[in-house]
Amino acid sequence: MAYKRKDLLGMKDLTKEEILYLLETAQKFTEINERDVKKVPTLKGKTVINLFFEPSTRTRTSFEIAGKRLSADTINFTASASSTTKGETLIDTVKNMEAMKSDIFVVRHSYSGAVKYIAEHTDAKVVNAGDGLNEHPTQALLDMLTIRQSKGRLEGLEVAIIGDITHSRVARSDVWAMTKLGVNVRLFGPTTMIPKHSEVFGCRVCKSMNEAVDGADVIIMLRIQRERQGKLLIPSTKEYAKYFGLTKDKLALAKPDALVMHPGPINRGVELMSNVADSDNSGVLKQVTNGVAVRMAALYILGIGNNKGGIDENAS
Amino acid sequence: MKTLLKNCKIVNHDKVTEGNILIDGEFIASVTASADEKADKVIDCKGKYAVPGLIDLHVHFRDPGLEYKEDITSGGKAAVAGGVTAVCPMANTKPVNDNRIITEYMIKKAQADGLIDLFPIGAMTKGMEGEELTEMGDMTEGGAIGFSDDGKPVCSAEVFRRAAEYASQFGSFVISHAEDKSLAGAGVIHEGEVSAITGLKGIPSECEEVMVARDILMSKLTGAHVHICHISSKGTLDLIKWAKSMGYNVTCEVTPHHFTLTEKELLSYDTNCKMNPPLRAQEDVDAMIEGLRNGDIDCIVTDHAPHHPDEKAQEFDLAPFGMTGIQTMLPLSLALVEKGVIDMPAFVRLTSYNPAKLIKKTDRGEIAVGKLADIAIVDAELEYVFDNKLNKSKSVNTPYMGKKLKGAALYTIKSGRVVFEFPMN
Repeated sequence: MAYKRKDLLGMKDLTKEEILYLLETAQKFTEINERDVKKVPTLKGKTVINLFFEPSTRTRTSFEIAGKRLSADTINFTASASSTTKGETLIDTVKNMEAMKSDIFVVRHSYSGAVKYIAEHTDAKVVNAGDGLNEHPTQALLDMLTIRQSKGRLEGLEVAIIGDITHSRVARSDVWAMTKLGVNVRLFGPTTMIPKHSEVFGCRVCKSMNEAVDGADVIIMLRIQRERQGKLLIPSTKEYAKYFGLTKDKLALAKPDALVMHPGPINRGVELMSNVADSDNSGVLKQVTNGVAVRMAALYILGIGNNKGGIDENAS
Repeated sequence: MKTLLKNCKIVNHDKVTEGNILIDGEFIASVTASADEKADKVIDCKGKYAVPGLIDLHVHFRDPGLEYKEDITSGGKAAVAGGVTAVCPMANTKPVNDNRIITEYMIKKAQADGLIDLFPIGAMTKGMEGEELTEMGDMTEGGAIGFSDDGKPVCSAEVFRRAAEYASQFGSFVISHAEDKSLAGAGVIHEGEVSAITGLKGIPSECEEVMVARDILMSKLTGAHVHICHISSKGTLDLIKWAKSMGYNVTCEVTPHHFTLTEKELLSYDTNCKMNPPLRAQEDVDAMIEGLRNGDIDCIVTDHAPHHPDEKAQEFDLAPFGMTGIQTMLPLSLALVEKGVIDMPAFVRLTSYNPAKLIKKTDRGEIAVGKLADIAIVDAELEYVFDNKLNKSKSVNTPYMGKKLKGAALYTIKSGRVVFEFPMN
């Protein structure tokens, strides 16, 4: 077994071998999803709780389907992050769920570091389904799985990630994972959405959309969340579309078979034009399909693992 | 009652001498006493340092109103365990210390405990709301030694100007917690490499520097003394150096954590390392050390900020800012001596001599005949683990809990009385 950690918290601390093991396991699970009867008894008798402290439908659904296809009992628990400021503390909530003899928590939280914090305070296995601006590891895995299926490899590929890098946990997880696997990642977005110290990512930061897409094998467009990040970072979605959106014309600068991806949900006409989203270059729905396989792999690896892990083993 | 401190290395702001200190009542009677001098109590200091009791210009003792975090008694016990004999508590109590009654309540409570002298810093504006000036004259008469809206920096330049002007009339000064809240936004750590890595929102250094620049200029405008508290960035220090070179009436302080720890501590999302101003980059820490070496920084203070464990055991964004520090100032400052950054007289200048001058307390800050017998006997070589037994604060929110430290007060003497003795077992 090449993955000995208690939890899956992020890509930053994983080794190349651990990431490859997760990807290979996920690739195996894609086959189950193509069957007529999409169910295996692997996690029968295990309880998986989706602990979502931030609204989500697609990621939660994806995890729920993944758990059910592995025959786990999956339960959804939804609360708002702010509710913990009023009533029960976050750890008390987690301890209550643990006391019901849960095996795996799939956690999403709006604050960076909150999922790690939970993992340190529970014996249950924890999968990070997105914490604040920090990490969204299963998204990075499904992105890489989709790329590998399309291109047959990861190493040496030119991947552009375009959008709000500062406020994107998808970008962070993609960067940490892909750079470990030899992908050449380049970043682009409005200067208001690029971290001041972007050199820590070890990626090229581009100065224009043309530079960002030029000769790219893969283009990952990030969802622009104007309502969340406030109106200070960009003046309008119209202007965003003009300078930072992926149009047919811009796509023509990339490799002819360039793969276009997006973590969803897409803002059509803003970061991604419809004629690109619906083109043959688009891998968006393939990503969603792979998302289930990746999450099955994550639940499977943690769920059948006998190791107890522990805080020390997972310390960064 | 007479007490003789035998075999001391007596450290003052300008020199180290070997000798015996004779204390008569509350005051120092002699620093050249014979080792055989008759006294009611004799302590053999075995060649350890005798330094003036440390004066911490920046603490939060949470009393009145937030006694579940700390109170004047527990804060006083923690202070003397750290060699500190006088403190200046900030005004962000509940209610705010914006009037003479609360100022006097604080002073009297500390006097009744008899551990430390407590010199409150009054609020600059009523309710720390940044609008109306407090009764600085009356509060000064009641014992307040300076004025600050620490933590809730005065946003209006005019209000800050008037506060500085008005305080100066009563021989007092204003203390600026320099932070442009609009630029800080929802930031929780330094905006730098670690904020980019962790996804924790950043507070840029410029957030502090822009206000430091403003407050320096307000000192220039008014001629009033402006003290910049807990400086944390290289840029801030450059501005202060410039202000001093121009002859403006500006002083500053730094905390041990800002000259010891960097933003790297936050890679683990440890809420005990969440403070405001945040731990910054290595180059900032290097600048703080350089500022201490060459005397650009006037004093070392703790910004002792106790919080209940429940408050720190939260999501990082929700946990309050601050760490305790009054017991770790001594070892962390002595580490600078060990590294050769400063010598022992400079240590005394930074921890008692300069602070005493800043708050115009001429009866202390030196070990000399006629001065208050506020003395810490310091063993710079003593190694120990800082644990719950040693910690006297009600709170434990410090990254140094459970860590090995070097240097401690063996005895703390306040006005001639031994108020703390290091537990050797």
